[in-house]
Amino acid sequence: MNITQAKTAELEALCQGMRRELIDLLYERQTGHPGGSLSCCEILVTLYFHTMRIDPEHPDSPGRDRLILSKGHAAPMLYLCLAHRGFFPVEELATLRKIDSRLQGHPCAHKTPGVDLSTGPLGLGLSAGVGMAESARLTGSDYDVYVVLGDGEIQEGAVWEAAMTANKLKTGNLIAILDDNGVQLDGTVEEIMPAGSAAQKFEAFGWHTLTADGHSIEDLAAVFEQAKACRSGPVLIDARTVKGKGVPFMEGRSIWHGRPISAEDYTLAKQALGGAQ
Amino acid sequence: MNRQIEIRQAYGDALIKLGEQNPRVVVIDADVGSSAKSGGFDAKFPERHYNVGISEVDMNAMAAGMASCGLIPFTNTFSVFMLLRGGDPVNSLICYDRLNVKLAGTFCGLSDSFDGASHHSTSDLALLRALPNLTVLCPCDAVETEKAVFAAAALEGPVYLRLSRAAAPAIFEREYPFRIGKSVRLRQGSQLSIIATGTIVHQALAAAELLEAEGISARVVDMHTVKPLDAEEVLSCACETGAIVTVEEHSIYGGLGGAVAEVLAADTPIPMEFVGLTQYAESGDYPALLAKYGLDAGGIAAKARAVLAHKSG
Ligand SMILES: Cc1ncc(C[n+]2csc(CCOP(=O)(O)OP(=O)(O)O)c2C)c(N)n1
Ligand SMILES: [Mg+2]
Repeated sequence: MNITQAKTAELEALCQGMRRELIDLLYERQTGHPGGSLSCCEILVTLYFHTMRIDPEHPDSPGRDRLILSKGHAAPMLYLCLAHRGFFPVEELATLRKIDSRLQGHPCAHKTPGVDLSTGPLGLGLSAGVGMAESARLTGSDYDVYVVLGDGEIQEGAVWEAAMTANKLKTGNLIAILDDNGVQLDGTVEEIMPAGSAAQKFEAFGWHTLTADGHSIEDLAAVFEQAKACRSGPVLIDARTVKGKGVPFMEGRSIWHGRPISAEDYTLAKQALGGAQ
Repeated sequence: MNRQIEIRQAYGDALIKLGEQNPRVVVIDADVGSSAKSGGFDAKFPERHYNVGISEVDMNAMAAGMASCGLIPFTNTFSVFMLLRGGDPVNSLICYDRLNVKLAGTFCGLSDSFDGASHHSTSDLALLRALPNLTVLCPCDAVETEKAVFAAAALEGPVYLRLSRAAAPAIFEREYPFRIGKSVRLRQGSQLSIIATGTIVHQALAAAELLEAEGISARVVDMHTVKPLDAEEVLSCACETGAIVTVEEHSIYGGLGGAVAEVLAADTPIPMEFVGLTQYAESGDYPALLAKYGLDAGGIAAKARAVLAHKSG
């Protein structure tokens, strides 16, 4: 399904609003991961509000498309999407990371409606995605499986084990999206583990690869269509992103991976993101 | 209480001091060096610091290789990942061949409280205790942390350092003579003994205060070495006080409580209670979590009353 200009504009506004809400939430809570949440905003919004076949009224429907946020620390952005999409009340976002909340620090499938797999420990999502994708074949279902990976996360060897299995099984309903922001926790990917092009590696592992501007709803929507059309094997989308996107002093800086937001920085961030203060 | 010092900062500082004294010490990170504070080693000794990225199995197996060539590698990641992710080389290379690797698992127990159950480390002691040749240290304050780092380096063979993310008030002075395997009686008491490990020792001390106000005399023991366990002190506690409560930021299955119970069962069975977890916890403020799951002073005092009722009953 092609995305209309009106829908694109609507989702762009939604993203901007969610960025503001994210900063409010993490500032209020003084804990959580701003950088990696901001970088996957458009990816998640395009999937949840345009591409995926889901029904918030029936979050466990067997035929639904699945999404695994393998880089689970971006949970706040996932929760923003799920809440605004109607999986649970928007007011519940205020309980994030609080005791007795359904919104855990990292995604929790048995607590939060709409979360398809618990994540947090990096490097496991792609294997689980292969399992879900293969299950569609066995159960005669036609859903797709989306796995959002971090570019630091793919240093885990298990990711490449999954890449081999997906190639062997030719899981045509598996789409991995690499949040390729060039930054991890201790520094840039180039500093920590300069490993060359991830897309080329996936290609060498037998995957189809596509590239997208990870902050363009229009581009992402089009690339997701291409990926869905490709049924002969797994697809990796290399989504070029910026860690901390939208908050200039956070952009591209690893210290904003998980740092609490100070009052001063909060004011600056809100100014940068515009809208009502 | 006095000034709170972060255990992880004390650990990072100790590593640098150790690096100055011993050129064979190398530090390996897996992309959490800035959180664990082990990354500070890089500024001083860049040629002896490695960051292998998010690859814990690789880190521990690489350390095994280095130790087999005479180096003393300290590997670093969150406690929950050190064994559950990076554990195969710990068992099959490091412990089996008694290699001189020091495994520093930071953010133990519930101390990474807000990140939630996926980041809590409450099963590591059970795994660690079952690994032959391994020594397991769990310090309760900054001074003990530094001493544990130096003692670990001085011991030939694999050592696991179980470190908290939290800050803890100081218990020990600089002169404190830390010895692996020798626990410390922090408070005298006659009616029961509370045996604790890690920063939760502070909650045990606070519980003893609460109990004293009720006229109950509780001994408190800092069991900083979980393996090999100070069985002698456990038996003294059993003979002299007749009741024991164990306290750990861990499952009650397979950790400190299990170790103490094994000693008692073989020698002097007495009434015992276990403070620890029986389920996955959740995200939340650290003190609030400790309270909700019965790991704070109030929870410990309640178990103390229960064990006394059993003892006299
Ligand atoms: C197995 C494992 N090791 C370490 C961590 C700690 N950790 C959380 S996020 C992160 C960095 C992730 O970087 P990247 O995948 O690039 O994510 P992003 O830049 O999108 O935030 C690390 C090391 C973890 N969660 N799991
Ligand atoms: Mg990244």
